[in-house]
Amino acid sequence: MAESRSISMGTVAGLAKALSRGEFSSVELTRDSLARIAREQPRLNAFVTVTAESALAEAAAADGLRQAGRAGPLTGIPLAHKDIFCTDGVLTSCGSKMLANFVAPYDATVVTRLKAAGMVTVGKTNMDEFAMGSSNETSYFGPVRNPWDLECVPGGSSGGSAAAVAARLVPAATATDTGGSIRQPAALTGITGLKPTYGRVSRYGMIAFASSLDQGGTLTASAEDAALLLQVMAGFDPRDSTSVDLPVPDYSATLAAPLQGLRIGLPREFFDKGLEPGCETLIRAALGEYQRLGATLHDISCPNLPLSVPTYYVVAPAECSSNLARFDGVRFGHRCANPKNLADLYRRSRGEGFGAEVKRRIMTGTYVLSAGYYDAYYLKAQQVRQLISRDFAQAFEQVDVIMGPTSPTPAFKLGAKTDDPITMYLNDIYTIGANLAGLPGLSIPCGFLGHLPVGLQLVGPHFSEARLLNVAHRYQLATDWHARLPGAA
Amino acid sequence: MSLSRPDIERIAQLARLDLTEQEVPVYVDSLTRIVGLVGQLESAVTTGIEPMAHPLPGMVQRLRPDEVLETDQHERYQRNAGQVQAGLYLVPKVIE
Repeated sequence: MAESRSISMGTVAGLAKALSRGEFSSVELTRDSLARIAREQPRLNAFVTVTAESALAEAAAADGLRQAGRAGPLTGIPLAHKDIFCTDGVLTSCGSKMLANFVAPYDATVVTRLKAAGMVTVGKTNMDEFAMGSSNETSYFGPVRNPWDLECVPGGSSGGSAAAVAARLVPAATATDTGGSIRQPAALTGITGLKPTYGRVSRYGMIAFASSLDQGGTLTASAEDAALLLQVMAGFDPRDSTSVDLPVPDYSATLAAPLQGLRIGLPREFFDKGLEPGCETLIRAALGEYQRLGATLHDISCPNLPLSVPTYYVVAPAECSSNLARFDGVRFGHRCANPKNLADLYRRSRGEGFGAEVKRRIMTGTYVLSAGYYDAYYLKAQQVRQLISRDFAQAFEQVDVIMGPTSPTPAFKLGAKTDDPITMYLNDIYTIGANLAGLPGLSIPCGFLGHLPVGLQLVGPHFSEARLLNVAHRYQLATDWHARLPGAA
Repeated sequence: MSLSRPDIERIAQLARLDLTEQEVPVYVDSLTRIVGLVGQLESAVTTGIEPMAHPLPGMVQRLRPDEVLETDQHERYQRNAGQVQAGLYLVPKVIE
């Protein structure tokens, strides 16, 4: 703990109240956040870029809006963006050497919307290269460390955003989730991570990894805060061809609704032999809390769910190999020196610019899409994806929400899983299903194994974010796991 | 199924990726393991199952009228390019 609790360590909801009461200004709050970021950067490495100058200008503008009586609920609150979101005039590296010199010429829609709501961008957070990883160890800018234990990983790929919020350097950060990249780091750092329904939040300006799985979302200290951010981020965007044109409900209005009669489904596939017994004990205790809140528990089965990891490792690399074909050394990104010819320009720029894991995924994708293998791998995987999707649809005929662990273990040591890619991939065994089926998912802290936090995962039907946030918020009213702070904070 | 060194070299060629001598055996090993992992899909019975084409059931890709909405900003975009001349991206000579 810091010598005295800094003002910037509050929640989004708490800071909004304090700003509206005039307890401090946005400039004071932003200065405090920037000072904490500078102090913790050598230990956590959570940021790739800190935008101190523009942040203070934005904060001053926010204070001006407030004085003019034009402040909204998020005006003047500091925020960090995962470095996968394009930010106009600011380095947008995606954690890669390939984009280590890329200054985005426009803002992502998520960035535009949060800026319009008056939030103050303090910087861009570190991440696994091109969001490919579950430990933040594939970043070109070095690993991020977990504020609960500096020898441990924060999870990934949104590890910088997670560590920044867990250490309360910022009250909230944006993140993205292709196979668990919001929920798994939320679990490993003891915070709240929301991956909305596919299509709920615009992907425009969000650097693509696997376009049928990628979804932007939030990392915050509470479900209440996630509701405040999602309110602004969600909604139709004509610039994203998969953005869904459905009304955005008032996510805060239903947060406190009682849980009497809530039916919770427990897929037996979520409680398999891979789940660390200590984590299972904490998950079961959380389920007991939900029973006290009026919910009922139901054993269910999603029989195809054990095939979600192999399905994902066909679909995601296939889409990645197509998406990352744009990095050719011509229009943007790393360009090799003295290319002999066009083929040499492509091959060396890509060979030098991409890191080991990104190359592995590109080659896996190239292989499964290559002549003679397409039917056996890609087509087959899309059929199994359909089966997994149907399993969830059938489950939601019987229950309102599915619960289970977010991750099989708490945070692991740096370097513990870097030798074998399969060991690393299995970190996402409980989160990938929601991506394959396009479902919203949420992770909330539900206790500690030793000194490390453990996450409870909630998965709901398409567009049930309001219900998921309500279910998470009621638990956070009854418990205080989400309010615990790491010693490093 | 095990991948060989020529397999990896062929895949790297298709993906336009230059690999170093040291990288090739690493990918022979790890891609063999990944192909083993995804081989589990063979066990699934998928006869008559429609391959999933969109993560949301019933959704189809939206179309828009073919109208120009963006303004010309090529100078701004080309600031990120390695080599540009007279508004054109430069690449090594293609025709010898």
